[in-house]
Amino acid sequence: MELKTLTYLVVGASFVLYIGIAIWSRASTTGDFYVAGKGVHPLANGMATAADWMSAASFISMAGLIAFLGYDGSVYLMGWTGGYVLLALLLAPYLRKFGKFTVPEFIAERYDSRAARIVAVVCLIVISFTYVAGQMRGVGIVFSRFLEVPIGLGLVIGMGIVFVYAVLGGMKGITYTQIAQYCVLIFAYTVPAVFIALQITGMPIPQIAFGSTVQGDSVYLLQKLDQIVTALGFPAYTSGTKGTLDVFCITAALMIGTAGLPHVIVRFFTVPKVRDARYSAGWALFFIGLLYLTAPAVGSMARLNLTETIQTGTVGAESANLLYEDRPSWFRTWEATGLLEFNDLNDDGRVQYYNDQNPEFAPRAEMYGWNGNELRVDPDIMVLANPEIASLPGWVIALVAAGGIAAALSTAAGLLLVISAAVSHDLLKGVLMPHISERKELLAGRISAAFAIVIAGFLGYYPPAFVAQVVAFAFGLAAASLFPPILLGIFSKRINKEGAIAGMVTGLVFTYAYIEYFKGLFLRWAGSPWAEDVAENWLFGVSPEGIGTIGALLNFAVAISVSHLTAAPPAKVQELVEHIRYPR
Amino acid sequence: MENNNRKRRYWQANLRLVAGCLLVWFTVSFGFGILLVEWLNQVQFFGFELGFWFAQQGSIVCFIGLIFFYAWRMNHLDREHGVEED
Repeated sequence: MELKTLTYLVVGASFVLYIGIAIWSRASTTGDFYVAGKGVHPLANGMATAADWMSAASFISMAGLIAFLGYDGSVYLMGWTGGYVLLALLLAPYLRKFGKFTVPEFIAERYDSRAARIVAVVCLIVISFTYVAGQMRGVGIVFSRFLEVPIGLGLVIGMGIVFVYAVLGGMKGITYTQIAQYCVLIFAYTVPAVFIALQITGMPIPQIAFGSTVQGDSVYLLQKLDQIVTALGFPAYTSGTKGTLDVFCITAALMIGTAGLPHVIVRFFTVPKVRDARYSAGWALFFIGLLYLTAPAVGSMARLNLTETIQTGTVGAESANLLYEDRPSWFRTWEATGLLEFNDLNDDGRVQYYNDQNPEFAPRAEMYGWNGNELRVDPDIMVLANPEIASLPGWVIALVAAGGIAAALSTAAGLLLVISAAVSHDLLKGVLMPHISERKELLAGRISAAFAIVIAGFLGYYPPAFVAQVVAFAFGLAAASLFPPILLGIFSKRINKEGAIAGMVTGLVFTYAYIEYFKGLFLRWAGSPWAEDVAENWLFGVSPEGIGTIGALLNFAVAISVSHLTAAPPAKVQELVEHIRYPR
Repeated sequence: MENNNRKRRYWQANLRLVAGCLLVWFTVSFGFGILLVEWLNQVQFFGFELGFWFAQQGSIVCFIGLIFFYAWRMNHLDREHGVEED
């Protein structure tokens, strides 16, 4: 069967599954719609959280980023998993005991303030929309590459699917579709990884193959990779090039940001008991770990495969560079998408792939008659092209397409739900119309979910900046705005509304301004960034990706100082804090 | 009064447990994976340099173990101090 037909079949079958689940698990109460009736088993919730959490960035981009960054890519591995420790130990059990529906609702009651609730809603909406734009973009890319439909049409199809199960099923529908999506995405990620691990090392478990010796040789995979890339002037795969403080701050921002992302936090509202919330965080990280422990293995093997395809023998020997005429078929496929580009700078008909930014390597390159790096590879294609590079059968390629879409849709749905809950529950019921009936609130939730989907689709079609930057921005904001007031609200009785609001506003404004200054994020229409995004210009050498850590520290400092200068919170707030600290 | 004391002891025990777990969390990621990475890389661990392994795999394995350990200890503490859910 032709690959395209096969892909249509596999992706189509996965859609039928999601919609079937959505119809079976319709929401009938606001409790169902916001928190799945609080009846989700902790293991099932862990799996749904994993799908909710692992976005198009985790599935499509991360291994490719690591492939080209080597050790520096560890910030994503540690940053996007370590946040679960913070969630499990510091937030999830207490928020479950609080037992309401949304994150702004907790802020409102803990700080006894409507203003704080509105500030929290603003933070939540900014974070979630920037994040969802990246997901919709991912859906569009997968559709256009594998199903050969235009990005716009791909977006409309993706939006239609999410519409059906998010609007109909609410949190209940989303939870059960996310479980199905987790199974699809982990299977799609693991199968090609197993085959490639077998081909390269003879060890079928990719997590272990990562530390094994290469087939027919006694040298370890990572040692071989270090030799091969340094021979081409690249920095060694296992050592870093970023400043230690910057690596520290980026990792911390991603961790704190993870713990502060509303669509992740709200998943822990859906389990029956406090002790379930604790275990559920462990299960979530276990299921996430299955992919995150595979990703660095996939990254290193993809880098090895790519480099060896281009550089077939000793560096410098003329015949050791791939003849462009003889390029493999996956090379042609991805050239057609523009994500892989060859430019024969020295007109020898062969591909030279090396680090032309390395001054120490320049004299050698000149001696070989090389005239600059001739290959540009978009890191995003490493995972998607992997099955083709390893010459795997068509169904594996189709499966990877379905997996990429599952990863993007599951995250998008989770985000859209927290947006709609913030509008219908926090703004409408909490502030504007406190006496709204449950049926009307449910309807309002559905309407706002539908609106959010349309806006998300629009943002996916006209992304404000590069997707990866937008996502980094969401983490920085979550770390700097929402995490501190929630944490302080549980562990301190002294923090009051003045402190919390001042802290959130400081963290949000500082972090947004810093990123905007270097990235020109939402003012893309107004022009380019205000300053060049290079280490010399950064505050203390911290990049915009890591600035959320500083923003969070500022938030803590401001919240604590302002609270101590103003009156202690009222007795009912102190009682609430007491109440959430004990499971009974 | 007795009830309040019991609750205070439970909360203190919880804070100690959280602090201990966070210390491990910090050590395996920020410590071994970032601040001490060069130093640990002198040690070969199977096919890995040890610091690199902690940064890309070891820290994640520790995080998973840590959360399950915390959940298990906390559920135990709940019962010990009589604040468990029915």
